[in-house]
Amino acid sequence: MHHVVLDQWSRRSSPLHRRDPRAKLIPLIVFLVVLATSHRLLPVFSACLFALLCVTLLWARVPLGGVLARAAIVLPFTIVFAAVTWVAGDPARGAALVLKSYLSALAVLAVVSTTPLPVLLRGVEMLGAPRFLLMVSQFLYRYLFVVSEEAQHMRKAAASRGGSFRAAAGALAVLFARSYKQAGEIHSAMLARGFQGRFHPLAAPHFHAADTAFLIFASSAPVLLRVAIERMV
Amino acid sequence: MAALIEVRGLHYRYPDGTAALRGVDFHLEEQESVALLGANGSGKTTFALHLNGLLAGEGSVTVCGLGVNRQSAGQIRRKIGFVFQDSDSQLFMPTVIDDVSFGLLNQGHGAQESAGRALAALERVGMASAAAKAPYHLSAGEKKRVAIAGVLAMDPQILVLDEPTTFLDPPAQRALISLLQELPQAKILITHDACFAAELCTRAVFFDKGRIVGEGSVLELVKSFGWDSAVRR
Repeated sequence: MHHVVLDQWSRRSSPLHRRDPRAKLIPLIVFLVVLATSHRLLPVFSACLFALLCVTLLWARVPLGGVLARAAIVLPFTIVFAAVTWVAGDPARGAALVLKSYLSALAVLAVVSTTPLPVLLRGVEMLGAPRFLLMVSQFLYRYLFVVSEEAQHMRKAAASRGGSFRAAAGALAVLFARSYKQAGEIHSAMLARGFQGRFHPLAAPHFHAADTAFLIFASSAPVLLRVAIERMV
Repeated sequence: MAALIEVRGLHYRYPDGTAALRGVDFHLEEQESVALLGANGSGKTTFALHLNGLLAGEGSVTVCGLGVNRQSAGQIRRKIGFVFQDSDSQLFMPTVIDDVSFGLLNQGHGAQESAGRALAALERVGMASAAAKAPYHLSAGEKKRVAIAGVLAMDPQILVLDEPTTFLDPPAQRALISLLQELPQAKILITHDACFAAELCTRAVFFDKGRIVGEGSVLELVKSFGWDSAVRR
């Protein structure tokens, strides 16, 4: 079975893993807003936020190098825009773009790698996101693994007959047809167990005192850092 | 005593016009286990999907005294637990406990009661330790057990199992036979595995081109239709 690494990390155990998803999502939003709206002394502020995120990831016992490398996946996109901005005569803005996008990706990964996606989606739902959208995300996530395994079986079948995976269009069509068939079977399986168009959650997560304490600390840390750095000017 | 399932003159055509069932008559008594045998495409699964209203053909289907139609489908699905061939189609919820509770929550049971009954069902199939796991982290045999727990939790009167031994290794097949032998419910087993059917079923029917062409004990039927080599193995 092939599973995404993030999913494995998110099922580890640490004080951060045990926090309620809402206690991580709200600070994430605060972090992103504070970072996106900061201008003065951005390199210093970015370095402080980077250190804060690294300490958080070490505390969460997820591989720091692995998360740092995965956050860099956004760089090819932002570097292009940064280069255009640089050429247009605003190198500071280009550098800020790279810093902000990398730190944002790192912060998102810190939350995603410490919260299993179903739990995270439940947290998002409890914060008021549309239920239908989350249901689609949940199904997409659940069957991503099944479709991915199906694709790997097809690749192996093609390779075992001496072929490469060149006939990608044909293989994609078959993969789509199989996924469509499976979607029909899933719907039948849901109806067979009495589904009437609404998912009923088994249990709502409990928000403990430790979650409140973490929420206050994690939300105020980037704000306090920014205030302190801007006062230095 | 009235039969649990009574089917008379059932006909069904696929949307493309292909005749899948051509006048099927069938009955199932209390605590009886019946095997549906026959080649691929002979109509076994199509027939079974009519029993809980997932397909609707011409003819009469009565389950526990209720005629199967759109209005009675909800009640019928409480009485028939359907275990699908592909467990991945049946295990669509993010965690095992969420999945096993799915039917109970749809029936209107409270979250606490559903979780308790789901755990009891998981214990019954030896999967209680996997309650918090994601379904894609389970082996094929474990998925099958969880799928069975999902229907057992709903305490149906009749179990329909479609190719339950698919993807199972011999020890897992043996474990499944032991589990099914312990269950008091009436059972319909759709299978190509004559040995498996012979261990569990007192009666079998043989499907060919959408009709039941033979009825008797499993051993009699496999002999008369040339499937006895599979039993001698």
